[in-house]
Amino acid sequence: MSTATTHDEHHEHGPATGLMRWVTTTNHKDIGTLYLWLSFIMLLTGGAMAMVIRAELFQPGLQLVDPNFFNSMTTMHGLIMVFGAIMPAFVGLANWLIPMMIGAPDMALPRMNNWSFWILPFAFTMLASTLFMEGGAPAFGWTFYAPLSTTFAPDTTDFFIFAVHLMGISSVMGAINVIATILNMRAPGMTLMKMPLFVWTWLITAYLLIAVMPVLAGAVTMMLTDRHFGTSFFDAAGGGDPVMFQHIFWFFGHPEVYIMILPAFGIISAIIPTFARKPLFGYSSMVYASASIAILSFMVWAHHMFTTGMPVAGELYFMYATIMIAVPTGVKIFNWVATMWRGSMTFETPMLWALGFVVMFTIGGFSGLMLGVAPVDTQYHDTYFVVAHFHYVLVTGALYSIIAAFYYWVPKWTGNMYDEKLGKIHFWWSTISVNVLFFPQHFIGLAGMPRRIPDYALQFAEFNMISSIGGFAFGLAQVFFLYIVVKTIKGGEKATDKVWEGATGLEFEELPSPAPYHSFDEAPAVK
Amino acid sequence: MSDIKSSHTTQPRKSVSAKQVFKLFMVPVLMFGFGFALVPLYDVFCEITGLNGKTGRVEASVVNQKEVDSSRLVKVKFLANSGNGLPWNFEPVIQEMEVHPGQIYEAMYRVSSKSDKNTVGQAVPSVSPVQASVHFNKTECFCFSKQELAARETRDMPLRFVINHDLPKDIVELTLSYTFFNIEQTKS
Repeated sequence: MSTATTHDEHHEHGPATGLMRWVTTTNHKDIGTLYLWLSFIMLLTGGAMAMVIRAELFQPGLQLVDPNFFNSMTTMHGLIMVFGAIMPAFVGLANWLIPMMIGAPDMALPRMNNWSFWILPFAFTMLASTLFMEGGAPAFGWTFYAPLSTTFAPDTTDFFIFAVHLMGISSVMGAINVIATILNMRAPGMTLMKMPLFVWTWLITAYLLIAVMPVLAGAVTMMLTDRHFGTSFFDAAGGGDPVMFQHIFWFFGHPEVYIMILPAFGIISAIIPTFARKPLFGYSSMVYASASIAILSFMVWAHHMFTTGMPVAGELYFMYATIMIAVPTGVKIFNWVATMWRGSMTFETPMLWALGFVVMFTIGGFSGLMLGVAPVDTQYHDTYFVVAHFHYVLVTGALYSIIAAFYYWVPKWTGNMYDEKLGKIHFWWSTISVNVLFFPQHFIGLAGMPRRIPDYALQFAEFNMISSIGGFAFGLAQVFFLYIVVKTIKGGEKATDKVWEGATGLEFEELPSPAPYHSFDEAPAVK
Repeated sequence: MSDIKSSHTTQPRKSVSAKQVFKLFMVPVLMFGFGFALVPLYDVFCEITGLNGKTGRVEASVVNQKEVDSSRLVKVKFLANSGNGLPWNFEPVIQEMEVHPGQIYEAMYRVSSKSDKNTVGQAVPSVSPVQASVHFNKTECFCFSKQELAARETRDMPLRFVINHDLPKDIVELTLSYTFFNIEQTKS
């Protein structure tokens, strides 16, 4: 053995073999893969819960599950999708792509990288185990408002609290790693304003993460001490205030929604120029728009709370500040459209997903504007209109960008092209079904159907049935996606080094496909 | 196995400074503290603006120096609740009164214990609409301290209040609500 290793000493070597490779790995590509698989498993788990929700709502009346379990399903679906599917997927993409995009050999803190991933499976096991415990899983909604989550919560809430702590620690460590990597490990010549936008948006996202995840940790810690150690942060009996919970939660929660969309902006800004065969229109305005969205995100949190009895002055401030975010977001949409203007466009699968993102994210953005208008929000608050809004921005927004990123970079990761025909089927199947699923929810929301209730009035029956059918179809489409992923990893047409005719960036121009286990040991030349 | 580790370590081209990483870690630590600092910050904010329906408190001597505004009448309604399992009957003796801003009035609440043991409660006030709350001042109130009732005891509890002159003119009616909370139970 010793001879073999000494022999290997000065050569590139591949990964270790066996299961321990994945447990002990510090390689950014391995860890990226782990994150992506975890998020896929979580997507299917959270998706299965969504299927339970849609099956119960298929018809009015209570037929399949009891109301408390229904509430557990909505709660766990939200938590798993936000913290388990979307966020780890972006961290996985960051791990895979940021070092290759800036010409670095690995992440700056590779051992911490391993740790930040391996915390997560334990966090989610702990969270999911509550489903099998007495009293049932947390059933107070993913926003866990006090006193529902303190005075009236099941005992399993403590598992939830520690799971959130672990997820927070993982996110913060991941974010610090991203910042340290981007600030220190760029290849010579890669100035900040030459970085690909995915790197830029992730840098901004990472700062948001280290700023707000600890506030969430504070909120759940207050819940914990309120529940067990006699404090009264959120209990009026001891001089506390339940509304304060909402303020603290949304101080985290609003930047959180940008954490889940800024990296998506970076992905779309990489894909559209490739398939329009034109450089991105307005690169620097994209950077400034991302930064302003991030800063504004700290100043608008109470627009989630218009109905808590704020004074008019407060409502006006939060309304105007919220609507102001439409300006930098509009700049981005404009830039993407301007990039495509008179481009030589082709419509390979990643481009289809990116275009789907631009169109449907904009729909979600517009319904967000409607919700931001304080006087009408009184009617929309806590209805299915809100559900439709945030699913348009998170499913057809964040999730679409992640799937687009998969199709765009998977030939670079595996060396195999995905099956173009299956990719297109996946896109059209998903896009039609997701609109059947969520578009009717706008109407039932405007008509007054409240969210998080297992039963509904008879007049909502048709739209709910249509929505459920769309839901089942969309869920099945993601199982089909699993098949495509496995098929691509196992084999397929060999990808060229550049993969796409119009591709730019170090990962396409300087590295072979598949990217070697260790890339950029020598810094590439950046023009 | 240790050979493998040393055989290929990734060499960052520019070493990552421990100082910078330490600084980055300080951000979440500070923000964790900031999350808790939000609690007193919101309290101060609510006290200044009167949001949250938290009422004001003044000394009687300060009030007496001002004149009574007899040009307008404001209707004050009284509500009483007892919360989280406190076995008390709690109700206002008079349901509502019409008052002039600037004048001190006295209202009376009656509370009687249905328990066979000593019980302790603390009343938390709230004024609606919230814009009126900073202008509603109490010079004396049973809510300033916790109240202990013996078994089956009934007690009348006074409240002396004054409404400021600068109460917005469009507010002609306000509601004062008290909720008695069981302190013993919260502590356990």
